[in-house]
Amino acid sequence: MSIDKREVEHVALLARLALSEAEKESFTKQLSQILDHAGKIAELKTDDVEPTSHPLPLKNVLRADEIKPSFTVEEALSSAPSKENNMIKVPNII
Amino acid sequence: MLLYEMTLSKLHDELTSGRISAMELLDGVLKRIASTDSKLKAYLRLTEEEALKAAKAADARLLAKEGINPLLGIPFAIKDNMCTEGISTTCASKILDGYVPAYSASVAQRLFNFGAVMVGKANMDEFAMGSSTENSAYQITANPWDLSRVPGGSSGGSAAAVAAGQAIFALGSDTGGSIRQPAALCGVVGMKPTYGLVSRYGLIAFASSLDQIGPIAKSVTDAALILNAICGHDPMDSTSLKVGTSDFTQGLEAGVKGLKVGVPKELMGEGIDDGVKAKVEEAIKIFEGLGASVKEASLPHSEYALSAYYLIAPAEASSNLARFDGVRYGHRTKEDVEDMVDMYSKTRAEGFGAEVKRRIMLGTYALSAGYYDAYYGQAQKVRTLIMDDFKKAFSEHDVLISPTTPTSAFKGGEKTKDPLSMYMSDICTIPTNLAGIPAISVPCGLSEGLPVGLQIMGKALDEPTILRAAYAFEKEFNFSERPKL
Repeated sequence: MSIDKREVEHVALLARLALSEAEKESFTKQLSQILDHAGKIAELKTDDVEPTSHPLPLKNVLRADEIKPSFTVEEALSSAPSKENNMIKVPNII
Repeated sequence: MLLYEMTLSKLHDELTSGRISAMELLDGVLKRIASTDSKLKAYLRLTEEEALKAAKAADARLLAKEGINPLLGIPFAIKDNMCTEGISTTCASKILDGYVPAYSASVAQRLFNFGAVMVGKANMDEFAMGSSTENSAYQITANPWDLSRVPGGSSGGSAAAVAAGQAIFALGSDTGGSIRQPAALCGVVGMKPTYGLVSRYGLIAFASSLDQIGPIAKSVTDAALILNAICGHDPMDSTSLKVGTSDFTQGLEAGVKGLKVGVPKELMGEGIDDGVKAKVEEAIKIFEGLGASVKEASLPHSEYALSAYYLIAPAEASSNLARFDGVRYGHRTKEDVEDMVDMYSKTRAEGFGAEVKRRIMLGTYALSAGYYDAYYGQAQKVRTLIMDDFKKAFSEHDVLISPTTPTSAFKGGEKTKDPLSMYMSDICTIPTNLAGIPAISVPCGLSEGLPVGLQIMGKALDEPTILRAAYAFEKEFNFSERPKL
């Protein structure tokens, strides 16, 4: 399975990654190569096989709905790259 | 013998008998770091100030004979993908440059409570993606046995630090082999516990259904002691298993007489270097000599494990790494931006390295409309087949053994241009991550002067059996070579 540059650009948009021209070129080549190898799994007949998304048989994990201490506003904002008046600052949305 | 060369268990005796103090031990380890880390570059940052405080507190506990436990006063390194409160944690990525967590990972907190002494944050492949520690955004770690070679990855800093005596033990994380592969390449013991046995709260996630934290140590006993400290249910991690705590050092000496050992033929065939294979064959003879019955085993879908892994792990990574968007923490682009999408895209392009971008792209593609069933869906079905292979193998054998890695440590730069050949480094370790079962790597000799690792795999939650087998082998084989730095 190969992937072309146009698809690489589309996936980069979905992944929110601004790629350089050189990166687009090298990813087109490398992803095709990796997908070629990974495509090997298509050989297996798996119609009757259930998928496994997780090694544990996970069920809902619930806890009591109790108020517990949490981070202060200062702690929660301590690593924010831009902030103002106890809020995280981002570029204009509208 | 120098303090930094001793095992955790031996040092515990030295500390509790009063022959040495935790401050002296820390001093020995810090001096070792000072004299070797300019060559090795195992640490991203040292935490000397905190270490001195912790060692002083450990000495007070030792003097008062309060809260004595095997980890008290023992210096350790922690992989930089585990959060440590008030101490910068970067995952070796520029996108987390300057990030200072407001909390500690549960494993770190447990070690602090036991009075263990953290000396620093160990280097790694960025976001734990890689098999050579060459993908760190900050520095390249060398293998202490040969500085021109890689220490393995992604816990390469942790393994190199332990091998070189820059820490008595370390914590690593293992998504496709990232504890066992560097442990093998650096000649130390590395263990991936059963998925869910050790809390992942505070571990910066790579592929959540595969990641597991575990010990890197100088001996099997040390690995068991560390596992004792870090395992157990954690309400902060919804995937944490509700199993009681155990003492994994119990039963280590029971021996392997009558143990049924299987050797999966698929992990001893093509692609395994002759020198590595020879050492594993010698190890098999040792098991037989100790009274174990060794037979060929089969994991017929192993040849598909790598493919399934390189679809599942990037798929989960692309989702986990979506949180790095420059809004709440970490790096944000300084360039002018048009809108939020532009800010996310530029921030992420600047912050992530090549391997991380490659995997995000691969994962996003595998999950995208039109390709989901053919790639991610099919990979999940292959995962079921791999788990069934293990179930069948463990119905006939108590443990499975194989090489940990197909080759010994390779040269720096040798595989960086060819991602696929780098991915092959984890071919023997990946199946166990897909199945969620435990495995340990123990040194089984040198091939052309470089360490070779023997992997012992077991059933889910059967850590006692793989530790017992590893201990019996370690005792009989007595690997005593050390790197000359």
